[in-house]
This record gives sequence, C-alpha cells and structure tokens, in this order.
Amino acid sequence: MKLRVELKNSQREIYYFRLRLALSIGFVLVLLFLLLTRFVYLQVVKHEHFHTLAENNRISVVPIVPNRGLILDRNGVVLAHNYSGYTLEITPSKVADLEATINELATLVDIQPKDRKRFRKLLAESHSFASISIRNRLSDEEVARFAAQSYRFPGVEIKARLFRDYPYKEQTSHLIGYIGRINQTDMDQLEEDEDVAANYRGSDYIGKTGLEQSYEKELHGTTGIEQMEVDAGGRGVRVLGRVSPMSGNTLVLSLDAKLQAIADDAFGSFRGALVAIDPNNGEVLAFVSRPGYDPNLFIDGIDEDNWNELNNSPDTPMVNRVLNGAYPPGSTFKPYMALAALTLGKRRPEQTIFDPGYYNFGGHVFHDDKKGGHGSVDMYKSIVESCDTYYYMLANDMGIDNIANFMRQFGFGQHTGIDIRGESEGVLPSQEWKKKRFKTPEQQKWYAGETISVGIGQGYNAYTPIQLAQAVATLANNGVMYRPHLVRRITDTRTNEKSIETTPLPLRTIPLQQENIDVIKRAMVGVNKEGTGARAFAGAEYISAGKTGTAQVYSLKGGKYTEGHVKQELRDHALFIAFAPTEQPKIALAILVENGGFGAQTAAPIARKVFDYYLLGKVPNAPPPALPVSAAGGTPATGTADEEPERD
Amino acid sequence: MTEQAKRVIDQPLWPRVKRVLVQHVDPILMLAIGLLMLTGLIVLFSATDGSWGRVMAQAMNMLVALTCMWLVANIPLHYLMRTALPMYALGMVLLIGVALFGEISHGARRWLNLGVATIQPSELMKIAVPLMMAWYFEKNEAALTLKNYFVAALLLLLPVALIARQPDLGTAVLISASGFYVLFLAGLSWRIMGGLFVAAAASAPFLWGMLHDYQKHRIMMLLDPSQDALGKGYHTIQGMIAVGSGGVLGKGYLNGTQTHLDFLPERTTDFIFAVYSEEFGLIGNIILVGLFLFVIGRGFIITANASTYFTRLMAGSITLTFFTYAFVNMGMVSGILPVVGVPLPLISYGGTSMVTLLLGLGMLMSIHTHKTLVQT
Repeated sequence: MKLRVELKNSQREIYYFRLRLALSIGFVLVLLFLLLTRFVYLQVVKHEHFHTLAENNRISVVPIVPNRGLILDRNGVVLAHNYSGYTLEITPSKVADLEATINELATLVDIQPKDRKRFRKLLAESHSFASISIRNRLSDEEVARFAAQSYRFPGVEIKARLFRDYPYKEQTSHLIGYIGRINQTDMDQLEEDEDVAANYRGSDYIGKTGLEQSYEKELHGTTGIEQMEVDAGGRGVRVLGRVSPMSGNTLVLSLDAKLQAIADDAFGSFRGALVAIDPNNGEVLAFVSRPGYDPNLFIDGIDEDNWNELNNSPDTPMVNRVLNGAYPPGSTFKPYMALAALTLGKRRPEQTIFDPGYYNFGGHVFHDDKKGGHGSVDMYKSIVESCDTYYYMLANDMGIDNIANFMRQFGFGQHTGIDIRGESEGVLPSQEWKKKRFKTPEQQKWYAGETISVGIGQGYNAYTPIQLAQAVATLANNGVMYRPHLVRRITDTRTNEKSIETTPLPLRTIPLQQENIDVIKRAMVGVNKEGTGARAFAGAEYISAGKTGTAQVYSLKGGKYTEGHVKQELRDHALFIAFAPTEQPKIALAILVENGGFGAQTAAPIARKVFDYYLLGKVPNAPPPALPVSAAGGTPATGTADEEPERD
Repeated sequence: MTEQAKRVIDQPLWPRVKRVLVQHVDPILMLAIGLLMLTGLIVLFSATDGSWGRVMAQAMNMLVALTCMWLVANIPLHYLMRTALPMYALGMVLLIGVALFGEISHGARRWLNLGVATIQPSELMKIAVPLMMAWYFEKNEAALTLKNYFVAALLLLLPVALIARQPDLGTAVLISASGFYVLFLAGLSWRIMGGLFVAAAASAPFLWGMLHDYQKHRIMMLLDPSQDALGKGYHTIQGMIAVGSGGVLGKGYLNGTQTHLDFLPERTTDFIFAVYSEEFGLIGNIILVGLFLFVIGRGFIITANASTYFTRLMAGSITLTFFTYAFVNMGMVSGILPVVGVPLPLISYGGTSMVTLLLGLGMLMSIHTHKTLVQT
C-alpha cells in the first residue's frame, strides 16, 4: 500500500513537473516570439526611421568658408587680398584661468596690452566655446616657440587662417573699406533671407564699409559643404562628400592705384578729398579722402587705443570726405551759374557788367574779393578772374528756383548713385528745400538776399566732393552724365569670365547747347592759361580747363581775411575742379583741400600732378608741394597770374 | 596492481585522455556553446574596433570558464548538492560584509576587498541560491507543505534584498528569476502564485519608493526614452537606433556606424547585442535567437530526463535562468525592458558572468551524464 502510494506519488510528481516544464517551454517560446516581433518592428517596420537617425548621428555637415574675392585696380594692382598666416587662439571654455594662461603665453609670444584689450572685447561678444584669437599674424619663430610648449596650454592652439590685407592701407581705406567680424546686427540682417544666412554658415567676416560692404554679395563667394562622418564626440572621422566652396568674385576697379597714390601724396599734410572721373563713362580713377586710416586694424576687431585715437582725432580720419563731407563749392560753382545764364537766356557771353568791387542789394553790400573790383567784366573774364560781383547780379537776375532747377540736372544736392553705400545728399538750396529744412514760417521763408551768396557758391550750398566731380565730368562730357562707379568689372574666379561687365549707360543727357558749353569750356581753359589756375598749370603739355574756388569756413564778420593771421583750422577750404585734355576730356576731377586757403595755391597744383601722371605718365619726383606760405611768398611769376594771388 | 588496472594503463594514452575529457561533456550543448562563443568573439572584434588584445582576453575568459564547466560537469550532482548549504551561508556572510564594508564603485556597493582579491559575492549567489533552494526542496521532498515553500521563498528573498540594496538591479532580477523558477518547478500552487502576484502589484508603489533614483530613471526612460535623450535615455535610444538601422540584412560586419563611431555605450558588455544586430540585421537576430533556443531546448530535454527531484529543479532553473539572461539583455537593448545590467550570455565581454554561466551549463552536463551512475 505504502509502496503503491509512493510510486503513485512519484509518478504524479513527475507528471506535474513535466506539466510545469511544458508551461515553462511555452513561456520561453512566447517571450522569444515577442522579442522577434520587436526585432521585426525595429528592423523592418521602423527601419527607415532608425536608418535616418543613425545617418543623422554620424553625418555632420561642416561648412567650408570660401576665399573672399580680391579687389584689383584697373591695371591688376592688388588693393585687397587674402594671405595665410597663423593666429594664436584660445577656447575660453577649455581654459580654467584665462588671465594666467595669457600671462604664460606672453612669455612665449609677444602679447601687447592692445591684444589683451581686443581679446577681452571679442570675449564679451562671443560664446565661450568659440575660439578667439589673442594674437594674429604670428612670426614663424613665435609659431615654433609655442609649438614646443603647446602641451602646457590645453585650450590654446595655433590656427592657420586666411587674413584679409589691404596693402595700400590709408590710401584706399575710404573706398575699399574693410571687413570685420560678424556681429549681432549683421546677423539679424543676414537672417532676413534664409539662403543668405545659410551661405554665411561658418563665415566670421563680413564687409563693414566701402566696397567691401557694397559688394559683399560678390566678394563673399559660395560656402562649400563637407559632409563629415563624426563620432559621438563630434570629431571628424572621414569625409563622405564635399561640395567645394566657390571663391568670391574678383572686383576689378576703374581706380588707378598709382594715380591714387600720387593724388594722395600730393595733398602733403593737408586734409581733403579728391575724386577723378573718366567723363566718358563715369569710371572713378582716383578717390582720395584724407586723412585715411589703416583698415587692417579693423579686421579682427580694433583695439581700444587705436579706436579712440581714430574717433577722437580732430582730423576725423573715419569720415569719408568724398561721400559724406558737404562743402560749399565756392567759386567752382561759377561755371555752372554761367552755363545756366546762357541756357536760360539771362546773359550773353559778350554781355558785360561793371564791377566796382561790391554789389549793393537792398542796402546790404556784398563785397567782391578784389579790392576796387574787376571793372568791365564779360562772361569769360568773370570765370577766368573769378569775379564775384558778376555772379551776385546773375544770381539775383535768375532767382533761387531757376538756379536750383538747373543745378539739379548736374546732380548737385542729389545722390550720385556711386557704388559705395552711404553717400550724403548735400544741400541744393531752393525755396522748397528751405521749407522742408526749417520749422517756423519765419525760418522757412526764402529771402532774395540769400540768393546772392548762393550765386558764388556760398550760402546754403553744400555738396559732396563726389557730386562736384560728377558735375565737372558731365560738363566735360558736354552734358552727358554717367553714374560714377568704382567697379569696372566683376570676374568670376573659377571661370575667369567677366561675368558682369559694367557697361555704363549714360544716366541722362542734360539739354544744353554745344555753343554754350563751349563758351564755358573756353573760359575754364582760360583759368588754367591766364587766370587763377595759370601758375599751377604753367608749362603743361596739354590743354586743361579748370576753376578754382575757396569756401569760407570762418565768418570774418567784416574783418579782413589775412591768411597768416588765421589759425590753420579756420582757414578757408581750397577747391579746384578741372578736366583735360579740353578737346577730348579723359579725366575730370574735383579737389577739396580743407583749410587749404586759396584754391589756386593748394588745390590746383594737386590737379596738375594728377593730370601729368594720368595724361603723360609723369611721376612727380620732387617732394610734396611746398607749404602754402612759401608758395604764396616766393614763387616767381611765370605766367599771367597776379602777383598777389586772387582770392577767387 | 590488479590485472584490470594494468589493462587500463596499457591502453593507448590518447583515447583515455579523450574519454576523460569528453565523457561528461554533452556534445549537443557543447556545440551550441561553441557557436555562441565564436559569435561572441567575432562581435567583440567589431565592438572593440578590431582589438585583438580584447578578443584574446575574452578567449582566455572563455577558456577559464570552459575549464570550470568541465570540472563541474565531472562532479556528480550529489557531491555538489552537499556544497549547497556552506556555499549559501558563505554567500550570505559575504553579502552582509559587502553591505557593511563593501567598496563603492560607480555609486554602487558591490565589491568586497578581501585583501588578496576584490570579489563580487552577488555573482556567487547566482549559483548558490537556486542550489540552496533545490537542496532544501530535495531534503523535504517526502512531504512538502506550505511552510517549506515559505522557507524557500525566504532563502530567496534575503540575498535578493541585500543585492537590490547595493544596488544591483540586474543581478537581483536574475537571482529572483532563478529562485522563482525553482519554486515554480517545485510545484508552488497557482493560488499562492496568484496571491504573490497581487501582493507584488499592491506593493509596487511602495517598492517604487525604495528604488534608487537611477533605477526609477531607467524605468521611466523605458516608457519614454526621448525624455532624456542625452542623459539616461541615451543608452536605450542609441541601442534602438543601432538595432533598427541594421534592417533585415544588417550593415555588414565591421560596418556598423553606431558601433564604430562611438555612439553605442557599453558596446562590449551589456549592449554588445546592439553591435551584433546593427551589423547582421534581422537575419542575424533570428539565427542568434535560434542558437539560444537550441541551448534552452537542450536544457529542457536534460531537465525532463533528470533522475532526481534536486537535479530536475536545478536543471530547470539553470535553463530558465539562461533564457532569462538572453531575453532580458536583448529586451533591454531593443527597448522593451528597462536597462538593467544583464550581459548577453556567452557573448558579452567579461570573465565573471562567463564563469557563472558555464558553471550552470556544467551542472546541466553533469546532471545529464551522471544520471546512470546515480541510478546504479
């Protein structure tokens, strides 16, 4: 019995055990099936999704910044280029004590206080994981010294970068401008257009002023893309695909670098502006604004000392005088006044007036520069001798709105449309202008007396040098006006094709009669032959036309203007407009010499040098012109110029 | 020397050695183990970016583990049974020692420095707990009462609680499973199991409170790994990406981008399955699951044919635990189970778990090959 029970129990036990075992097997199979279902779900159903995720994981798109386009002058002289050099850069997030690290570095490479200041400024503007340069343009020796010690400086590395360089420095600063680090304002602007923003991924620099800014689109180039396989740490493992960057296009300017240098040197120690234009097409041949500044200082953020020096200098080197300086044209306005008189039938060339040395308008006396007056004056003489009284009368006869309407055609007081951004408008005075300009009805009223001084280029008149140059070029070209421009050709760097040839079309043709124009031109030739410009152009091998001018800076309040007694910064501005050769003008220019005194003394000789070089290839070998004082005192009379220089 | 002994000695050497070597090794199980180990070495080579050094080290681990397996396979189970109590007692002492004097590494107190060597007593308990429970049931086989199940459960829960406190959730889960399998196979009544299940469900909120933050996090991550894609969810997400992007055919050996570009964490150990799956795809997964099923199936056959109560319980528990390793590991890599530290059996890099696993498989072989001897 007992045995049976035990046996039975044992059998039952095995039976139950095997039942449980079978259940276990079922359990295992169900779970493994579940697992396989999961595999199918992940690897078949959602494969595409995970494939994408894995690709995103491993592929990182790295932008390749293109080389910025070059800027060349008309003869291929380099005005802006890139060169590779070394920078010493610090990634702040990887450095525990920045100050200590920089002090340590200073024992290896030369780090000036200005470098530190600039670094701090950049540091404030950047993310802590961006690498910021503490020193640029390291010498080979410095690179070697640091390389040997680099293990001591985690987070500090030498990087090879392309630097923008402006070899002509001050001389071309106001036209070329400079590039600088992209700041938040630039960023916001770029982000307005998605495509543009995408093209700037990886770019650190953008044109800030001058042509660098205006032609940013051409110069920047197209950013390339490198698809990098990266590991989980973000380090590149290998390149999967690459779209090469396309270098920026080359700007070929109409500027003649040599001419620019000669013109710039010709100013000597004077401040001022000069614009030389080819009247046949508006090409700007020289574009001088003095003083300039070294644009290279700005590229990586200017240090505080230099910045303060530039900004606080009384010479205002940061002001682009060509585009933003507004000056009364002085007597250089007279040829246009005369042309207006002829065109409007207010004067005939041979018609004379008598100049007693002053003009009385309603009890107010306007003095002529020449004591005792010029006597009997016709149009020719009025320009050659720069007779004020002639134009006082003429202005009064024409009225302000006639003057304004005529002058507007020459571009006075209007944007010239030059291909550099930010030019000023200047002031072409008119009744309408005054209404807009002033607030109270009292101020808004135009007084006939105000017209008188406008006639000799004073009063409210204020024009930029580029406007003066455009006007004289238009006059030289018999009224056919071109938009002044600096970029002559844009060359696609890859194909070397002139992708954009700027074939200039005339802006407009001013309705003028050739005989009237010829009268004016003859008179302007007279200026350089026997008038106020004669001394400067004595012995020239070409026939040139010009007009001197002086713009008052300092109101004498009835006192006598004696150059030697007035501080230099209060002296009058000297002006000169000219073109040559007269028959087939190739160059027209406007010159302004700040506080230069008489136009004949300081401005006209600059024009002579520019013309001599441009037309004859003559390079001035003598040192810059003698100081105005000595010029006034000791120059022997070679021509018909007055012994006492005319105050035109 | 007797004639018989002489005859034995006179036999050629090799057949004798061979007989000693293989007589207790189950050839079917051995074949599956060999294939899995080979797979493991192949995958490890890829997971380490072609490091022969690591592969050789793992091969050494395997050799050591195989030796252990061979030794155990040669020990009749009734000898082994006698070690159950001392081994369990030693394990408990060591676990308490860990709790009191253990070394902290990676935020967990799992190791005990004995001066000579640092040991992880929880690993010993993977064998000792089911062994102890099976021994206990065998001892009380004649008349099993509810009290016996209760005592057995206590034998299980004490070490599990200590290990979970370390914290080592992976090992706690594995030991719980192995102990539960013993209880289940020993015939724990369905009613009690149901009651336990309800009790577990009821105490879940309480247990949740007892979990360490990182354990809670891992469970939360399972529910929504994207919640913390770069933190705790990173493992799961990268694992799933690796598996999913492998597709049907896989990216090819040594071509897994997740693996070779460092996106996969712990890719030689707990996440080695992701490496395999990325490079060999669904086809590879099916083959691998097939190989595991082969081992498990053989284990079940051995279990079914085991001659004693003790050996049946042991064999069943070992087989099911082996399955649990594989399932939990593949489940966590493919994102259906929380990330707990469970290696993929015979494939993950590491000596200790390899030895533990092969000790278990050695016991299976011993159970199978010593059956007749026991009966005589």
